[in-house]
Order: sequence, then structure tokens, then C-alpha cells
Amino acid sequence: MTKRVGLEGSFAVSEAVRMADVDVLSAYPITPQTHIVERLSEMVADGDLDAEFICVESEHSAMSACVGASAAGARVFTCTAGQGLELMHEVLYIPSSMRLPVVAVVANRALSSPLSVWGDHSDAMAVRDIGWVQIFAENVQQAYDLTLCAYRIAEDKDVLFPAMVHLDGFHLSHVIEPVILPDQRQVDDFIPEFEYPFALNPDKPVSMGCYGPPYIYTEAKKSQNVAFESSRKIVSKAWGEFEGIFERSYLPVESYRTEDADVILLVMGSFAETAMLAIDRMRKEGKKVGLARLRLWRPFPFDEIRKAVKGAKLLVVLDRCISFGYGGPVCSELRSAFYREKNRPDIVSFIGGLGGRDITIDQYEYMIKRGKEISENGSEEEFEMIGVRQ
Amino acid sequence: MLSWKDLELGSIVTEPGNASAYKTGDWRSNKPIRDQSKCIKCGLCYIYCPDAAVELSKAGNYETNYFYCKGCGICANECPRGALTMIVEEE
Ligand code: SF4
Ligand code: SF4
Repeated sequence: MTKRVGLEGSFAVSEAVRMADVDVLSAYPITPQTHIVERLSEMVADGDLDAEFICVESEHSAMSACVGASAAGARVFTCTAGQGLELMHEVLYIPSSMRLPVVAVVANRALSSPLSVWGDHSDAMAVRDIGWVQIFAENVQQAYDLTLCAYRIAEDKDVLFPAMVHLDGFHLSHVIEPVILPDQRQVDDFIPEFEYPFALNPDKPVSMGCYGPPYIYTEAKKSQNVAFESSRKIVSKAWGEFEGIFERSYLPVESYRTEDADVILLVMGSFAETAMLAIDRMRKEGKKVGLARLRLWRPFPFDEIRKAVKGAKLLVVLDRCISFGYGGPVCSELRSAFYREKNRPDIVSFIGGLGGRDITIDQYEYMIKRGKEISENGSEEEFEMIGVRQ
Repeated sequence: MLSWKDLELGSIVTEPGNASAYKTGDWRSNKPIRDQSKCIKCGLCYIYCPDAAVELSKAGNYETNYFYCKGCGICANECPRGALTMIVEEE
């Protein structure tokens, strides 16, 4: 039976993992992801989840264990944050190139130093090119829903790529919100039992992750990219199915009050919820402003983002990460995505919300106003930092 | 040669053990030559060869399988009788 409960973001993720009936869990606790692992290990210990919990000494090993278990045909889960994701980094390329549908949740955290356990998107941006399907959640309900969707997408026979769900550390992982939990049968319908086509089997041995000399490496990467690109449409299909069963919808790019908007603000993750309040306030004053969020980060939703900002004169992008010596990574990708468009909007870059710093409604308003000024008069700087003390 | 379309999911190799078809002998620039008249059949070259490229023939002689021998020279270094000489591979 569907029920509405108050749940912390981390517990909502754990609940999704439990209802997805995973076989193998392997994770190393790190703030702000700790509550997810704690809750899951409790579930396993209490017999609420029939899974193998592999305790490891590092995130590098956690992902390695997931790779092995997934190759054996198990449904697997891991989660991490910040430095933990960085320690895992080397192994992240393995399931994507071996086409293993590992699912991971990242409670986004800033990178050291100075040591910060608080949230931003530096860890997420550092794993941009790992070849995983990457999705950003905005609230606790989405953290639950998108974790379920990650399994549906990753295990689709036309995808078979790992999937990562990003949720903002503390702002989502530690916040309690009402969540609608579906019936177990609905979940079972959405993510049926999974059979990996080449699961390790002594009777029918295969070799995975073989070495690829120069004569074959390029072909291997080409086939990986073609397959990854074509998984884009399956993500949308899976979200369509999700809506049919659970009556909540997700899109690669989600728009808020963008119809007739001259200026569109683009924000990823939980900060979009505050940004909406700023949009509401400005709309009340008759300003034609709207908000777009990249729900899907990889594969990058080129068509959807071009459609979502069609007609707007200006796109104001907030990055919660700095590419040192360059600027905002999301903004740089958007600029390149629009470069060849005839009627492209001007794109202005802001960076803020670093290391757990909040961004207020006023500051979103400021970004839109200041963005317009920069668009009209130009600026000597590639981006402007929000809320930095001068 | 294989096109990218011919590759299996995740470049998985579905015929396991096919490394034996790989001619590591192509890597060789120096070649061990065994003087059977000096050889005392101690088997050290067989044990030390990192590529298992030394084989024992039916007649009881140790022989190098040049399909796999990479020419590292370990066998020649270990041979207690100086029965193995490394020569530059010309072709
Ligand atoms: S040269 Fe090296 S690879 Fe060749 S037989 Fe001797 S030990 Fe083995
Ligand atoms: S190590 Fe030298 S003596 Fe011993 S078997 Fe090999 S070639 Fe013969």
C-alpha cells in the first residue's frame, strides 16, 4: 500500500535500495553519506533486506566489490561523497566500460582543502567523464524516486551502464521531508528481476576487462560511446514508465515558469527549490523569468536543453563548483551546447553555494538582474562569485 | 580486423583462454639459442621462464617455443652450464 511518511533524504535512499531488493551492498561510510550506509547495514542485520553487506576498507574497494558482484549478475549498490568519490574514481571507469549496471548514490560534498564535509558539486563535476548515467535529485521524494529509476535505467537491456544519483549533502541527505512510498508490488513491476546477459558462470566462462592494445582500444571506446549516447532515449522511456506507475514525472530538463521567459536561470540539485521562490517573487512583479534544471547530466540532454530555453534572450547559470583557471563547468558545457545554435541566448556564469554556503532568494534575484547587466554591458570576468566577502 | 560494431557488450571476450593465440614472440629482439650438447637438463630455464615458453620435448630435451618466447634473457642468465646464448634477432 502506498503511504506518506516523513523521511530523511538518506533514509529515503536506503528505503529505495531495500525495495529494489538489492543482492550486494558495499560501501565505506563518509559524511554526509553515512546515514545511508548505517540504515542499510541495519536493514541487513535486522533481516529486512536479504543482501550481502561487504564491509571494505575504502571506497576504492567498495566500487571494486560492486564491479565483481555485478559481473556475477547481482543487483548492487554503493554510496559515497566528496573525497570518498575521489578515492573511488579510478574504479568508476570499469563498470561503464564493462557495461555493468552498478548503482551508486552520491551525497554531494565539497573537496578538500580546507576540509569541508558540507555540500557542493565539486565531487560530481570531477566524475563528469566516467561514462555513467548521472542524475541530480532536488528533494527527498526525488532522492527516493530517482534511486529506483537508476536501477530501471541501468539494467535496461538497451542501456547496461552504471547509474549515479546525486543528492546534495546535508541539504538533502539530512533533511526530513514528506515522502510517498509506493507499494512493493509497484516497485517490483517497475524493476523486475534482472538477468545480466554475460553473468560470470563457470559453465560458460567469459573474460571481462581484457587488455586492449592500440589496434582495438579506439573501437572499444567508439562502441561504448555509441551505446551510451543511445541510452539517452531509454532514460526518458524509463521516466515515462515511472510516471505510468507512480504518477510522478521526470524529464531530462525540467522547466519552471519558462513559457514566454526572457531570462532563464539554470540551477542543479536541491538549490533549484529556493530558486523557484525567487522566480515566483519576480513573476509577481511582472518580470518574465523562469527556471530550468538539468535533471539528467549524463548523457547530456542537448535537444532538451535547447528546447527548454528556446526564445529566451539570456541564460543565467549557477555552478556549485569551480574549474580553477576556467570557471563554472556546467556553464562551460552549456555555452558549448549552444555555440552552433542560430538563435542562441547569451549565457552568463555565476559560481556559488560552495562548501555548504546557502544561496538566498535575494541572491537568485541578484543573479538574474546582474546577469542582465553583464549581458548588456559585458564584464571583464568570465564569471562572478556569489556571496563572497570582498 | 574487428570493426567497433563487431565488439561484444563491454568488449567482453566470450572465448576464454584465447590468450594462447597471442603471439608474444613478436615482442622479441633477442633470441635464446640452446646448445643441447652443453645442456644437463636441470630444467632451470623451464622453471624461470616467465612466459612458460620453455617446453620439454618427448625426447626429453628442453626447447624454446619461439611463438611465445619474448627474449627476456632470464633463461640464459640462469642456465648453470652456459648452454643458452642470446643472439640478436635479425629479421
Ligand atoms: S628468453 Fe625469456 S621468454 Fe624466452 S625462453 Fe628465455 S626466459 Fe623464456
Ligand atoms: S638451464 Fe641450461 S642446462 Fe638447465 S635445462 Fe635449461 S638449457 Fe639445459
